[in-house]
Amino acid sequence: MSYKAIAIGASAGGVEAIRKILSALPSDFPLPILIAQHLQAQKNSHTEDYFRKYCRICIKEAESNMEIKGGTVYFAPPDYHLLAEKNGTLSLSTEGKVNYSRPSIDVLFETAADAYESKLAGIILTGASNDGSRGLAEIKRRGGLCIVQDPKTAFMETMPASALKLINADYVLSLEEIVDLLVKLPKL
Amino acid sequence: MAEIIIKDEQNLPQDEQDITVHLLLEVLYHKYGYDFRNYSRAHIKRRLLRRMALDKFEDLEAMLPALLRDKELLEQLLADLSINATEMFRDPSFYKRLMSEVLPVLRTYPQIRIWIVGCSSGEEVYSVAILLKELELYEKSTVYATDFNEKILISAKEGIYPIELIKGYTRNYQLSGGLSSFSDYYVTKYSCAKFINGLKENIVFASHNLVTDSSFINMHLILCRNVMIYFDKVLKNRVLRLFHESLNGGCFLCLGTKENLSGTDFEDKFSVFAENERIYKKKLI
Repeated sequence: MSYKAIAIGASAGGVEAIRKILSALPSDFPLPILIAQHLQAQKNSHTEDYFRKYCRICIKEAESNMEIKGGTVYFAPPDYHLLAEKNGTLSLSTEGKVNYSRPSIDVLFETAADAYESKLAGIILTGASNDGSRGLAEIKRRGGLCIVQDPKTAFMETMPASALKLINADYVLSLEEIVDLLVKLPKL
Repeated sequence: MAEIIIKDEQNLPQDEQDITVHLLLEVLYHKYGYDFRNYSRAHIKRRLLRRMALDKFEDLEAMLPALLRDKELLEQLLADLSINATEMFRDPSFYKRLMSEVLPVLRTYPQIRIWIVGCSSGEEVYSVAILLKELELYEKSTVYATDFNEKILISAKEGIYPIELIKGYTRNYQLSGGLSSFSDYYVTKYSCAKFINGLKENIVFASHNLVTDSSFINMHLILCRNVMIYFDKVLKNRVLRLFHESLNGGCFLCLGTKENLSGTDFEDKFSVFAENERIYKKKLI
């Protein structure tokens, strides 16, 4: 298959879930990871600092026109949408909230699906809204890999459950199982 | 003005939908003179698809003949593409810094010229006007508020905002270090708040297109916040050149909270005045 990128969306309980996933990845993990995590709008989110304490993989807060590189995690800054471009860069937007959220997971997933088509793996984690369901459906429509955290294992089950109502995911997994799959993904 | 050819290499269309986006942008440029070819392509595509769905076009291709014939669709797209989620005193800590450290420096000039770029519906403009009033700098200041969208300039000029938003604006104003009462600056009628004429006297609202038009001169302060995030690197550099030419030495450029000059051609031509608030100063040499 040869996946080119991973996109992750999370809301309430997401910081912990994402930490569990990212901290298990080696520093030479070859794929880029794009993340839209719902956070309170604030200027300095300290996201980079927080995750760097736990992760070997490179952690960055996304900036406009930033090149997407393998082995790097890109977080959407608080109160900005994160978009993936077909030319391998990232864009930010201050457009109106989507699903009451900015960053919106739908915006990230839909643009990433357009940019990477079937070579994208999308993951929906814990959360209290249904942001991301439509985005994951778009990833599915383009032939990408759809992974949803098992609602039974999620801090808040609304978001993964909502995604599963909309599409048949390829995998419904616990966080540990998601980690196992991600580690194998570059070789698939 | 010399014609600037912006290479479209990075945005070569790969599938039919992308080709159509490309064509729509070409029509917008060649027929109507609005150049979005160097904007973030993912952003443009999303706005076009949204308009397609709202107006119930069968597909993007169906928008092409409509755009070629129909001024209404043009106006609609210009509105779609110039929307900038904005509010009064957005990022209060920025305005606080502006009020306490930037504007007092400008006090030394006999006349203060301020350019607010991509002013959209005007919230940023009136925010700055209020600060100028409170620092008693308003009388010797001129604020140039520009946008390429003429329709939105008209509404910015009116300075009318829904009353539901005023509560949030008031809080932002207070957090920005506002010295008096936010309600001093507007009158309410029905469900709207209208900014007083005293705030509008020294504001010039003008149409200006960052992509195609030339620079202003002798500016002391330029605010361009969350506009360049929509531009690709080529356009960003072009616009920064415009700002650099427009600013007096030692004067200020303000960007949005997640914007910066790194990776641009002008990184070395500005010093960092306030890193957290993205306020830069044009170097003298």
